[in-house]
Amino acid sequence: MSARDSILASIRANRPAGDYPLPDVPLFPPLVGDDLVAEFGERLKRMGGLVCEAGADDPLAGVRERLAGAKVLASAAPEVTGNRNLAAVARAQDVDDVDVAVVRAVFGIAETGSVLFTQDELVVNSVAYLAQHLVVLLDPADILPNVQAAYRRPEFGRAAYAVLHTGPSATADIEGVLIHGAQGVRSLTVVLLPRAKA
Amino acid sequence: MSADNLDPNIRDGVIHPEVRPPDDESERDQDGRRLRHAEGASKPVRAPAVREPQPRGAKIRGNRPVDQAEAAERFLAAPLHQAAHDERLWDLRKKRDVAAHGIPEWEELRDLASEIKTHTLSHLDRYLEQFEAAAKANGVHVHWAADGAEHNRIVLDILRRHEAKTLVKSKSMLTEECGFRHFMGAEGIEIIETDLGERIQQLDNEEPSHVVAPAVHKTRLDVAAVFAKTLGTDPDNDDAHYLAERQRETTRPYILNADAGMTGCNFAIAETGSVVTCTNEGNADLSGNVPPLQIHSIGIEKIIPKVEHLGVFIRLLSRSALGSPITQYTSHFRGPRKGTEMHYVLVDNGRSARLGMEEFWTSLKCIRCGACMNTCPVYRRSGGLSYGATYAGPIGLIIDPTFNKRKYSTLPFSSTMNGSCTNVCPVKINIHEQIFAWRKVLVEEHQIPVLKQGMMKAAGAMLSRPAAYRAAIGAADSALKVLPRFAVYNSLNTWGRKREMPDAPRQSFHAWYKENRMKGGKA
Ligand code: SF4
Repeated sequence: MSARDSILASIRANRPAGDYPLPDVPLFPPLVGDDLVAEFGERLKRMGGLVCEAGADDPLAGVRERLAGAKVLASAAPEVTGNRNLAAVARAQDVDDVDVAVVRAVFGIAETGSVLFTQDELVVNSVAYLAQHLVVLLDPADILPNVQAAYRRPEFGRAAYAVLHTGPSATADIEGVLIHGAQGVRSLTVVLLPRAKA
Repeated sequence: MSADNLDPNIRDGVIHPEVRPPDDESERDQDGRRLRHAEGASKPVRAPAVREPQPRGAKIRGNRPVDQAEAAERFLAAPLHQAAHDERLWDLRKKRDVAAHGIPEWEELRDLASEIKTHTLSHLDRYLEQFEAAAKANGVHVHWAADGAEHNRIVLDILRRHEAKTLVKSKSMLTEECGFRHFMGAEGIEIIETDLGERIQQLDNEEPSHVVAPAVHKTRLDVAAVFAKTLGTDPDNDDAHYLAERQRETTRPYILNADAGMTGCNFAIAETGSVVTCTNEGNADLSGNVPPLQIHSIGIEKIIPKVEHLGVFIRLLSRSALGSPITQYTSHFRGPRKGTEMHYVLVDNGRSARLGMEEFWTSLKCIRCGACMNTCPVYRRSGGLSYGATYAGPIGLIIDPTFNKRKYSTLPFSSTMNGSCTNVCPVKINIHEQIFAWRKVLVEEHQIPVLKQGMMKAAGAMLSRPAAYRAAIGAADSALKVLPRFAVYNSLNTWGRKREMPDAPRQSFHAWYKENRMKGGKA
């Protein structure tokens, strides 16, 4: 018998007695107030992320310095022009020299301060981890109230890769000292910037 | 759960003032507020710079019963390590309480999580088949392994076919169970752990001591010594930022050059065929997204039916583990990247047999959050390595004996039966009841050495008289009669504290015990 068949047979032979119905998951009221933008920003800050509102004249004013300081800038968003074309990257490893990556989030979650990307937004998945800093564009209209609402979205059933980022890469494995930039990005900045009208 | 058993003075204060440093290196947010997300301590904890050798774990002698008490006494004999360990884990427990209190539906979520898990486990064959079919349709190669050895052989086979010589991986308790690193080392495959805590443990040739914080038993001085020896860092520099940065710099080339990447799995979704990982460092994403070959090792009990159920578990997991609303990264791997291969290895390794153990099968609900460890007074004072097993703390006590009854026969005695583990468990496993049930099984099957049987009898006699039991755990000197010696040794002053003895579970334990005693099983 194959391992598969013997494991399944063993599971069937050992099935626990009793009836264990699958519960319905009720819709819980959001933990957050009505101002989703403010709630999102506050939670994200507490998770180590940075938040900036789009400036009136220059929507990217809050991250201009960061962008200008990047020797290698990879942008997957039309709002920012970089000097590394992600569409032309052959290998996942090739984005290791990226200083700043710019990506648009599919949506944000106010309950946690998270943003979602799939392989389509990232173009090269690894850039969201190998880059030193990540700048995320998020339309305030795309902020969902809670995790439960997020998991009703279709992306999780469609995308080959979908990931929630909540702040930057972090560790506190040494005496509980919180350190950003453990293995992935050292900072994550969310710019609240509406999507360009199509 | 409620925290009404937490004395506010203790909550806001410290247990061990000797490990509170005057300064603080933790990250701040953009408004200058101190951050405490991920596994960050809410107050700085630092063992003073007196070099105290790190106490090592239990001595493993083949199949002989692990002497946890011996290792625990050595841990207690290292007061700085013990104090820092206790302080940090108790802090995680407190962070967990605060996070749980922030959600009015917390108890409802625990019920839901428990019910979703028991449902899935009682229909596991069906959900595994659904998961496999969905994964295959997504272009993932699916393998099945009856045990750890088969898991290792399957992975080796995949690596050989790709002529892969190096593999970077994120933390996985399953691969620890399988002895994966040791096996691959002997086959000439280089394995690099990418989680900082796990990497520290790998470089120090030690097992992880905690499911979430693998190196929590080490002080920064220990880490500095390990890195100086293995990574060539400055032995006199024990700055945590410096040490973490050196690890980042030295691990990055391995990540970039690895032939293969591997992750464990927190949740596997039957509906979509996806594997979900939760990390703070983003190292599962590096392991899964950088090398041209990606492998995910999955314990068969990790299955949940649908994406909507994931929401319940994600809301519970990080809050229970760390007191954070979510981990920094929650990653959903569903199909291969263009031009790369993706493999799943579904591993049984005793799980299907455990499903048939009437009193113990619900331990398969475990989502490895570590909350039961953080709250356990025995664990906090003895260190994870003293258990001499892959799983330490309360969850270890009830699953280690399923792997080897003789070797782990003494572990179920390393508990005060205070029920706190059961109280914090996000999937409502009746941990302390299972601990007690294991004691009975092990005594009945004569797995307990004569010496321990005496203690067992004393414990049994005491437990059968609720008033005496309550009196005993309230008074440290007579607690010696029912508790492992090390559990009270050196920590008498913290014993009687009410925070260790939540009322609710003690009552439910007594109710349970009464019911079971009626069945005639005299411990
Ligand atoms: S037994 Fe419960 S509390 Fe302990 S690690 Fe598992 S899920 Fe967490």
